[in-house]
Amino acid sequence: MGDISPFHFQVVAALIFMIGVLGVLTRRNMIVVFMCIELMLNAANLSLLGFSREIGNDQGQILAFMVMVVAAVEVAVGLAIIISLVRNRDTMDIEDVSQLKW
Amino acid sequence: MRTALFWVFSISAVASALGVVGNLRSPINSALSLVVSMLALAGLYVLLEAQFVGLIQVMVYAGAIVVLFLFVIMLLNLRGSGTRGAELQPIMKAIGSLVVFGSTLWLVRTLAADRAPWPDVDAGFGTTRAMGEALYTDYVLSVQVAGVLLLAGIVAAVVLAKKKVD
Amino acid sequence: MVEAVTENAALRWIPLLPLIAAAISGAWLVFGRRELPRVAVIALACGAPIASFAIAVVQVFALATELPADARFYVDNLYTWISAGDFHAELSFLLDPLSAVMVLVVTGVGSLIHVYSVGYMDDDHRDDRGFQRFFAYLNLFMFSMLMLVLGDNLLVMFVGWEGVGVCSYLLIGFWYLDDYNAKCGQKAFVVNRIGDFGFLLGIFLLFWSFAQAGVPTVEFREMAANVGLLANQTVELPAWLSFLPGYPNWGLVTLACLCLFIGAAGKSAQIPLYVWLPDAMAGPTPVSALIHAATMVTAGVYMVCRMSFAYSLAPGAMATVAWIGALTAFFAATIGLAQTDIKKVLAYSTVSQLGYMFLAAGVAAYSSAIFHVMTHAFFKALLFLAAGSVILGMHHEQDITKMGGLRRRMPVTWAVFLVGVLAISGVPPFSGFFSKDEILLSVNLAHGIPGHEWLWLIGLATAFLTAFYMFRLYYLVFTGESRADRHTQEHIHESGNWILFPLVVLAVLSVIGGFFGLPDAYGELFGVEESNSLHHFLQPVVNAAEHHVDHATEFGLAAITTVVGLAGIALATLLYYWRRDLVPKLVQAIQPLYALVRDRYRIDELYDAAIVRPLAGLSRAVLARIVDQGLIDGVLVNGTANFVRATADGALKYLQTGQAQSYLFAMLLGGALLIAWLVRGA
Repeated sequence: MGDISPFHFQVVAALIFMIGVLGVLTRRNMIVVFMCIELMLNAANLSLLGFSREIGNDQGQILAFMVMVVAAVEVAVGLAIIISLVRNRDTMDIEDVSQLKW
Repeated sequence: MRTALFWVFSISAVASALGVVGNLRSPINSALSLVVSMLALAGLYVLLEAQFVGLIQVMVYAGAIVVLFLFVIMLLNLRGSGTRGAELQPIMKAIGSLVVFGSTLWLVRTLAADRAPWPDVDAGFGTTRAMGEALYTDYVLSVQVAGVLLLAGIVAAVVLAKKKVD
Repeated sequence: MVEAVTENAALRWIPLLPLIAAAISGAWLVFGRRELPRVAVIALACGAPIASFAIAVVQVFALATELPADARFYVDNLYTWISAGDFHAELSFLLDPLSAVMVLVVTGVGSLIHVYSVGYMDDDHRDDRGFQRFFAYLNLFMFSMLMLVLGDNLLVMFVGWEGVGVCSYLLIGFWYLDDYNAKCGQKAFVVNRIGDFGFLLGIFLLFWSFAQAGVPTVEFREMAANVGLLANQTVELPAWLSFLPGYPNWGLVTLACLCLFIGAAGKSAQIPLYVWLPDAMAGPTPVSALIHAATMVTAGVYMVCRMSFAYSLAPGAMATVAWIGALTAFFAATIGLAQTDIKKVLAYSTVSQLGYMFLAAGVAAYSSAIFHVMTHAFFKALLFLAAGSVILGMHHEQDITKMGGLRRRMPVTWAVFLVGVLAISGVPPFSGFFSKDEILLSVNLAHGIPGHEWLWLIGLATAFLTAFYMFRLYYLVFTGESRADRHTQEHIHESGNWILFPLVVLAVLSVIGGFFGLPDAYGELFGVEESNSLHHFLQPVVNAAEHHVDHATEFGLAAITTVVGLAGIALATLLYYWRRDLVPKLVQAIQPLYALVRDRYRIDELYDAAIVRPLAGLSRAVLARIVDQGLIDGVLVNGTANFVRATADGALKYLQTGQAQSYLFAMLLGGALLIAWLVRGA
């Protein structure tokens, strides 16, 4: 692959991860926050696969597969929770869900 | 050829990621950006000889998860961004951009130094067949556990999202 | 080293039976909230001490007949209470001649007083009456006292010591609705406690010394066997005590014995800790008889005799004991001259007679001291119980100036009371004569004690005063015309059988009790060898000083004692029977002195002003307000709480924003820092 080294892939993964963190910390819409979490998971997957290819071992790919399974479950349950929340409080704003404050 | 594909896919992935985060209009826009990002990433996966995972990425992530997001957004009937106040405070925008682009520059600078070679892998690396064999022999326990986890998730999602009958 | 030990498992039942009776009565009251039927209470409460007495009689008989004189003791080991390295303290009982005599006196006289109390407490009409409660306390007292006398080591004795103190407090303040009674009980307990502090110091000192010498023990037999190890050890006094005689080095045993004597002085009402005993008369009369005449107050004498092996090595301590005993005897006798409450006269008489016992112990006449304990138990209990009968008959009147002429209306009480006063005045052949005479004889021959001739003279003077004020009491109460008001006079009556029966038994014992310790000289007159059975019985245990004196001296001194006693009686007869009109004139002539004596030398007021008030003031102003409320409550407790609250409320609570994103940010920050720190080397 010419002048593309394994490190390039790690850089891309890191970038997408940081963008995801930025989104989780700053956005106020619950669904968008959730989507940013998915971004982070994907970035982690990319990193795993990059290393898997670099080392030549297929364990990274298996793990990435499992991560995807877990991500799917997590999205299903998380969205169910969000639906409950929105139905009960009529707001999509994450700052409205702060009953545990002092 | 592969170099060009790499650059195309990476730049689309990063750009659409930015689109998910920085989109201030409807969450539907964010969701669509997410789809693009997923597909770009799928391409990157294939470049990394992880064909099976890339396939699953398209089918599960882009095809099911993001669709689920869109369903929920529609169900909750969102207009606009759904939040009351400013979606992103200006100061957070400033700091965030600084962090992201600063680290990009730093990473790019280090990129120039690192040129590790790619090891050779056999032809069946990352194919469906190879992955299937590995999953169902060495990692069969994980597969079963994943199945139970999926079952639990289904039940949980149904219970949590039920409307309370008064 | 230690002789073969004869086990006897029956000993434990002597204290246990009263304890069980007390527990049943007490538990029934606490959990059942009502009383058992009266018959059951009487059976339980009187049955227990009588049963203990029966067991004691059997065991003492076995002790005296089955065991050889040099190994005459039974031990009953219940279990090992403390086991720490080399040191073992068992909960075990010892029956040897000394504890045998005490056990018989305690259970015997105690049983009689229990029977008496059935009659005395029967017609209680107060709101705080309690027939079952009284007997529960009384049985508890019996248990504690028996623990004290049967204890095999200092710890068991101390448990009993404290127990009798508590029961004394409970029983003095028995009619608790009267504030005065409660205060008297409290005074008794507090003064006792001061003595107990000295007792504890003595125990600690002895134990520590024995442990350092290689024999860590508090058991009497073991200590007696090894006391030689401590004989030459001294204690160096600090510079600020340089005024004490014998400075700079005191014998260790002397110091320990003095500390123990402080405890004895507290329990047995000697100077300066006697002040609680007269006020203890606030309790019911059976209590005064049992606790403050016959048994508890003799615990100090018992303790000194039990520790005779130590006192024999501490001549300084013995001299102190003898002198304090003599001075107390004289001092209390003088106060008794001017008292008008029948029970107070008897109380001061008790303090005085206890002084005699300590005088005896101080001159190493331990068996004489125990002999006097025994005879005093008989006649003093008799006097108190008869006084109780008088009080009941006079409808709770205790002032002798309002009595008189009871001889005709209460004949049995009159007769037994006369026996009692004759005994205490030392008139032969009543028991008091033999015991008192033996003490005075030993004092006269005690050349080792400095000033023993003065001690003998003080003893004689006290005998004179004793005879005088006891007969004063007798004449004022029983002879002449009644000085009570009309209404009371009509209702004077003799007491019932429950009361009279113990009185008669005690009267008989007061007459014949002296023959247990009939001195050998008298016995030989009748051809009886070694007639002083008590002395010979106790001798192997207490190792009293033997006096070899010819019969002429002995009879001569006895005659002097008798004459002195009769002189006292004569003076009392003159002033209070034939020429009562002389008394007011005499009182007038010595008015200031009389007032001082009648006010008990104002010692209570002195203690109040010098000790009680300053302490109370200190507690109130400094300890309560500044230390407790200010420092502990304010700074330490409330201050800490306020500090925590301020920190949490002012600063920490703002960390809990309730927003998931800020929590996430904190997590990421922490995670980043952690990774940075872990990776820093690479």
